[in-house]
Amino acid sequence: MSEQMSDDDERQQSPPSDLDFTSNKARTCIVTGSVSGHTEFQSPYPDQVLENVLENVLHFLTSRRDRNTASLVCKSWYRVEALTRSELFIGNCYAVSPARATARFTRVRALHLKGRPRFADFNLMPPDWGAHFNPWVLAFAKACPWLEKVYLKRMSVTDDDLATLAESFLGFKELVLVCCDGFGTGGLSIFVSKCRKLKVLDLIESEVSDDETDWILCFPEGESHLESLIFDCVEYPINFEALERLVARSPSLKKLKLNRYVSIGQLYRLMVQAPQLTHLGTGSFSPSEIAGQGDQEPDYVTAFAACKSLVCLSGFREIIPDYLPAIYPICANLTSLNFSYANITAEQLKPIISNCHKLQVFWVLDSICDEGLQAVAATCKELRELRVFPVDAREDSDGPVSEVGFQAISEGCRKLQSILYFCQRMTNAAVIAMSRNCPDLVVFRLCIMGRHRPDHVTGEPMDDGFGAIVMNCKKLTRLAVSGLLTDKAFDYIGRYGKLVRTLSVAFAGDSDMALKYVLEGCPQLQKLEIRDSPFGDAALCSGLHHYYNMRFLWMSSCRLTYQGCQQIARAMPRLVVEVIRSADEEEMDVCVQTLYMYRSLEGPRNDAPKFVTIL
Amino acid sequence: MESGCSKKLLDLIPQEKKWGFIENQNGISHGSSEEKKLELKLGPPGEEDELLVSFGYFSSMKSNAKHAHNKFPPPQEDHRGGAVLAASWAKNHHHQPKPPNCSQKRTAPGPVVGWPPIRSFRKNLATTSKLASESPTSLPHKVANERNPAAPETRGKGLFVKINMDGVPIGRKVDLKAYDSYEKLSTAVGELFSGLLAAQRDPSADGPKQEEEKAITGVLDGNGEYTLVYEDNEGDRMLVGDVPWHMFVSTVKRLRVLKSSELSVINLGSSKKGKRVQN
Repeated sequence: MSEQMSDDDERQQSPPSDLDFTSNKARTCIVTGSVSGHTEFQSPYPDQVLENVLENVLHFLTSRRDRNTASLVCKSWYRVEALTRSELFIGNCYAVSPARATARFTRVRALHLKGRPRFADFNLMPPDWGAHFNPWVLAFAKACPWLEKVYLKRMSVTDDDLATLAESFLGFKELVLVCCDGFGTGGLSIFVSKCRKLKVLDLIESEVSDDETDWILCFPEGESHLESLIFDCVEYPINFEALERLVARSPSLKKLKLNRYVSIGQLYRLMVQAPQLTHLGTGSFSPSEIAGQGDQEPDYVTAFAACKSLVCLSGFREIIPDYLPAIYPICANLTSLNFSYANITAEQLKPIISNCHKLQVFWVLDSICDEGLQAVAATCKELRELRVFPVDAREDSDGPVSEVGFQAISEGCRKLQSILYFCQRMTNAAVIAMSRNCPDLVVFRLCIMGRHRPDHVTGEPMDDGFGAIVMNCKKLTRLAVSGLLTDKAFDYIGRYGKLVRTLSVAFAGDSDMALKYVLEGCPQLQKLEIRDSPFGDAALCSGLHHYYNMRFLWMSSCRLTYQGCQQIARAMPRLVVEVIRSADEEEMDVCVQTLYMYRSLEGPRNDAPKFVTIL
Repeated sequence: MESGCSKKLLDLIPQEKKWGFIENQNGISHGSSEEKKLELKLGPPGEEDELLVSFGYFSSMKSNAKHAHNKFPPPQEDHRGGAVLAASWAKNHHHQPKPPNCSQKRTAPGPVVGWPPIRSFRKNLATTSKLASESPTSLPHKVANERNPAAPETRGKGLFVKINMDGVPIGRKVDLKAYDSYEKLSTAVGELFSGLLAAQRDPSADGPKQEEEKAITGVLDGNGEYTLVYEDNEGDRMLVGDVPWHMFVSTVKRLRVLKSSELSVINLGSSKKGKRVQN
């Protein structure tokens, strides 16, 4: 009882520091938990002192991996760690139930949940597969009402869930939804109107349905605590006047990312109100259609120049490149630039990029061609992350970028840690060069868009290139392969990819050996997603020793049979083995279309749709 | 039930030899001296073919890659898109029946679901963003005019079909609306590929060499080294030139330039003999 009272106090006032909270708890324990039933105050047991100390110390432990390790020391440490964990990360929402999570971790302030597997983003899974936020929000509403932050990735969130969030958690501060769906502007309206302490509302690459409600208008009047408002994925017009007023009364606003319904003229008005922004998504970056012919164009250059803290720039959803010079004043400060919606040429890029000396993160379309990449390589010596997306994402499109730009980047950007590169042509030589020039690579994702395409100069498979990457990039944890690949490539990965945690394979390999090499050779493997590769039941069996160490395995359009999957399911009781077929197929077939399996403490889930069979 | 599973595992291992290209390997060898053994070897034709048929459309490409050690890279482009074309190709090459195993079931024609792996909101960028063709310096006046829903650049008016050629890994595209007869098409095709072929004979060449360009002629009359064929909207392979030009344009889906020597092997027009209409 006394515990609950102190929690109530916390909710209504600003929360006390964790140290105060800890000592409250300790006193409570002593008063109520005495062996012989005494109720008067006694000097604490030695064990109790140790637990107090432990609580105070563990409070400083933030890494969840460290915390997991600490919790294994002994029961006392397990208990204390659970009490002091304030950020709860669950990489697969079906690995553990909400009830179990809230029972163990009672003082969580931040919840981070991931749902669907990544290949679901590419229509490889029928919709309504699962990953519902609803049971979680209900469980936490009851058990952890002081939850402040929720971060969801690939989950289905309903309008009701948003309402529950706003109503049940009085101090709620941050909501981040990445690749989520299931809600609309109606749910957003309720959410923003009731969350009086809201600091962060980030909608990133999520599908928001249009309920024709003006959710921007629903932000409460008076000074807002907003620090971050990201809604560039919302595909409907918003009430700009209401947004302008909201920005004007949000003095703490640092991050603002607009959708493509905000014109450049409107952007100007917002920037003038908020020169303190650090992260800006520019919206359409083109004028609205009703811009008068004779109207004076606002001074965009001055507006950008006034944003002295701007370090991250994105947007440009419908860019008119003539307006690009407006951003010249801030190029030198930029550490992150996202041009991945801007269909611009190398010539248009060069004047911008030649000033971006501090750039660390750069996302761009392949419309800049190899020449544009060469310009990037010439200037951006601090580049850590590069993503090159295709303008024309088809297998047989013309490829404006190739191994030429790729190699230029490797030679110019030696500190590169993460690369995602879509192209139509590649050579082993260029990939090998990158493996030598960029030894700090942690993430290497190369997508040669034509299936089974070899080195276009030698005609050889791409085995040696990827082999060099795993051999030379000793910090590599994430790898995505493509092009023509034989089992040899996978032998390399199994032999040298000792730190690889995430591996994506598509249209690759010749036989079961390939998958075996990986399952037997990569001890850190956590997430394995495979499509359209000739791996069968035997290969699947070769990973039995490792599956409990993995978050999940995805295999679609491979050569698995129902029986093979069933063997796995029988051998490993803590593994949930889901066989997924397309929504319109009625019966189970001998051949398995999609296998998705993951470790879980809960056994088969009870919300599986018809097209999912759990073995 | 672990023992049950490992028993099955042992059963599966002997069968595995049938699947893998690697012959007579004992377990996984991880020494650098054994790297050579890990290279793919040629199996006996029958064994390989059985495996390859089950791969569907990309099978014939692999066998070409193994057998050919010449300078011309095998035509790899067949498995981009047009799987219907290649499926009939594969069927025609290998006469063994498909084993009832779980090969990739979907030999769907055209684009494959979810490939390339781009999320849907990143697609269609060519239409939503503008290519700045002209850039006049005065902004306000030009703005109102440019802000139209972007008409597709040239593609709206042209009829682009893919064309691939034996021995050239990268396909090209031709705009059939630019020609009004078979002769013009044939000339254009000849010009399109002769430069590429010459560049391939010498891989170090940057562009088409002037000396070595061998004109590609006679693609329509069966006399030249190459012959032009096409795939129509029913998935059948036809000789170009058989039907009236306008009918050709309305039914053609893609083109291919084949070595004339290989023509006899191909079963043109599938089983519908009636399709070979005389002009």
